[in-house]
Amino acid sequence: MIVASSANLYALVGVVLFALGIYALILHAHLMRKILAINVMGSGVFLVLVALAVKGQGIPPDPIPHAMVITGIVVAISATALALALMLRLQLESGRDSLP
Amino acid sequence: MIFLVPDFPWEIIVVALPLAGALVCFLWPRHASLLALIAALGVAGAVSGLGWEITTHGPQRYAIGGWGAPLGIDLYSDGLSLSMLAISALVGLGVSIYACGYFDSQKARHFWPLWLFLWAALNALFVAADIFNLYVTLELLGLAAVALVALAGGAEALGAAMRYLLVSLLGSLIYLFGVALLYHGSGSVDIMILAQRVESGPAAWTAMGLMSAGLLLKTALFPLHFWLPPAHASAPAPVSALLSALVVKGSFYIFLRLWLEIFMDLGASPGQLVGILGAAAVLWGGIQALRQTRLKMLIAYSTISQLGYLFMAFAITGITAWTGMLYLLLSHALAKAAMFMAAGNILHFGGHDRIAELDRVAQRLPLTLAAFSLAGISIIGLPPSGGFIAKWLLLEAALDSEQWWWVVVLMLGGLLAAGYIFKVIGHAFTQADLSHEARAVPANMEWAALTLACAAILLGFLVPAVTLLIDIGSPFDARYAG
Repeated sequence: MIVASSANLYALVGVVLFALGIYALILHAHLMRKILAINVMGSGVFLVLVALAVKGQGIPPDPIPHAMVITGIVVAISATALALALMLRLQLESGRDSLP
Repeated sequence: MIFLVPDFPWEIIVVALPLAGALVCFLWPRHASLLALIAALGVAGAVSGLGWEITTHGPQRYAIGGWGAPLGIDLYSDGLSLSMLAISALVGLGVSIYACGYFDSQKARHFWPLWLFLWAALNALFVAADIFNLYVTLELLGLAAVALVALAGGAEALGAAMRYLLVSLLGSLIYLFGVALLYHGSGSVDIMILAQRVESGPAAWTAMGLMSAGLLLKTALFPLHFWLPPAHASAPAPVSALLSALVVKGSFYIFLRLWLEIFMDLGASPGQLVGILGAAAVLWGGIQALRQTRLKMLIAYSTISQLGYLFMAFAITGITAWTGMLYLLLSHALAKAAMFMAAGNILHFGGHDRIAELDRVAQRLPLTLAAFSLAGISIIGLPPSGGFIAKWLLLEAALDSEQWWWVVVLMLGGLLAAGYIFKVIGHAFTQADLSHEARAVPANMEWAALTLACAAILLGFLVPAVTLLIDIGSPFDARYAG
C-alpha cells in the first residue's frame, strides 16, 4: 500500500513537471530556456511511465515502461543535440537568441 | 528467387533499405546522388514487393526477431499502410530525380542522407503496429524534417526550423504522455490489443485528448497551424515538396489509425469537433493563401486548407467519406509535391517567387507552368483529377448523411482554391513591370514536376483499383460506418 501510494506521488510529480515544462516553453523567449523546458517535460513523462510501472509491494515492476523510458531518453538526447546545434547556428547567423 | 518465398519480410526491406542507403550516402558523399537514386529505386521495388504480398495474401503481420508482442516489435501492413507506402515511394522517386538537379555538391552531401533517413522513418511509421513505436518513428521523422529545413541556411530558414523543432517535440511529448496513460490503463501498446481493451472512461478520454492534441499540432490543423507556412516556405524546394506531401501525412496517418481502431468507439462528438476545425482550416487556409504575395507561402497555406478536408471526414464518417479522405490525401501528396517543385523551378529561374513579378513564366517555362496548372486542377478539385474524385466522394457522403453544411464548406473551399491558383496562373501570363535576369532550369527538374502533376490527374481514372487497394484488411471496417 505504501509502495503504491509513493508511486502515485512520483506520478503526480511527473505530471507537475510536464505542466511546468509546457508553461516555461510558452512563457520564456530565450531558446536555451525553451530547450530546457522541453527536457523538463520529457523527464516528467518518463517519471510518470516509471512510477506507473510499480505493481505493488513484493511484485517486480513491469519492465516494458522501463524499456520505453530508455528509448525515450535516447530520443530526447538526439533531439536536444539538434536543438542546441540549431540554436548556435541561428545565433551565429542572426545574432539573436530567441525567435522573432 | 526471393519472389517464390511465400512470406518474405518485405516490410523489413522497406525500412532497412533507405536506412542503409542513408549511411552509405553519408560515407561516400561524392557518389551520394547515384547511390541515393539506386536506393530510391530499391525502396520502390520493395514497396511493390510488399504490395504484391498484401494483394495476394491479405494483411501482413511480422514479428521482428521472432519475439512478438508484447515484448518484441511487430510490424503490420494492410491496404491503408500500403497506399501510404506507395504514395511515399512515388513522391520520393520524383523528389529524388528533382533533387539531382537542384542542390550544389556542398548541400547535396547533407541532403541525400537526411532525405533517406526521413524516408526510413516514414516507412517505419506506416508499418508500425504499436503506439510506442509510432512515437519513435514520429520523432525520427521530425528530427530529419527539421534538419532538412535548416539545410536552406540563412536566418529565416534557421528560425523556421527552430520553431518547427520546438513544436514537433512539444507535439510528440504530449503524444507520449497519452501513450503512458493508455499503457497504464490497458497493459499494452499494440493497437489491435488496445482496440479490444480500451474502455470509455476518464483515463481513456484523457489519453485520447492528449494523443490527438499532440498529433493535430504536428499535422498543423487550424488553429495549430502557425508553424507550418514559414517552415514549408523557407525550406529548399525538394524539401518543401516532401514536407507538404508526406511529412504532415505521417502524423495524420497515426491520428487516423488511432481513431479508426481505438478512439472512435469512445464517442462521436470529438469527431464533430475535429470536423469543424477542419472546415475552419479549409476556409482560413484558402483566404490566407489568396492574400499571399509570395508563391511558396501561397502553396504552404494551400496545404493548411487541403489538410482541413482530411479532418472533415471524421465528422461526416462512413465508408464513402473515408475513401474520399484517403483519395484526397493521395492526390494532394502528388499535386502538392508537383506544385512546390514548380515553385522551385520558378525561383531557380527568376531568383525570386513574388507572384506579381512572375513575368511571362508561361512562355519561358512552359513545362513548369503546365505542371503547376495540372496540379492546380487537382487541388481545386476539377474533373478528371484525383482531387475531383476525392471531393465528389466527400460531397456524396455529406449529402447521403444529410449534413448539408459540409457541402457548403466543400464548395467554398473549391472556390477559394480556384481563386489562388488562377491568381498565380494569371500573373504567369502577363508581363511584369520589372523584368529579372533568368537562369536555365535543368530538364529533370521540369519533368519531375510535370510527371507528378500528371500522376495526380491520372489518379482520377484509377478509382476501382484504389478502392480495392485501400480496402485490403478493411481498415475502414463497417463497425465505423456511422
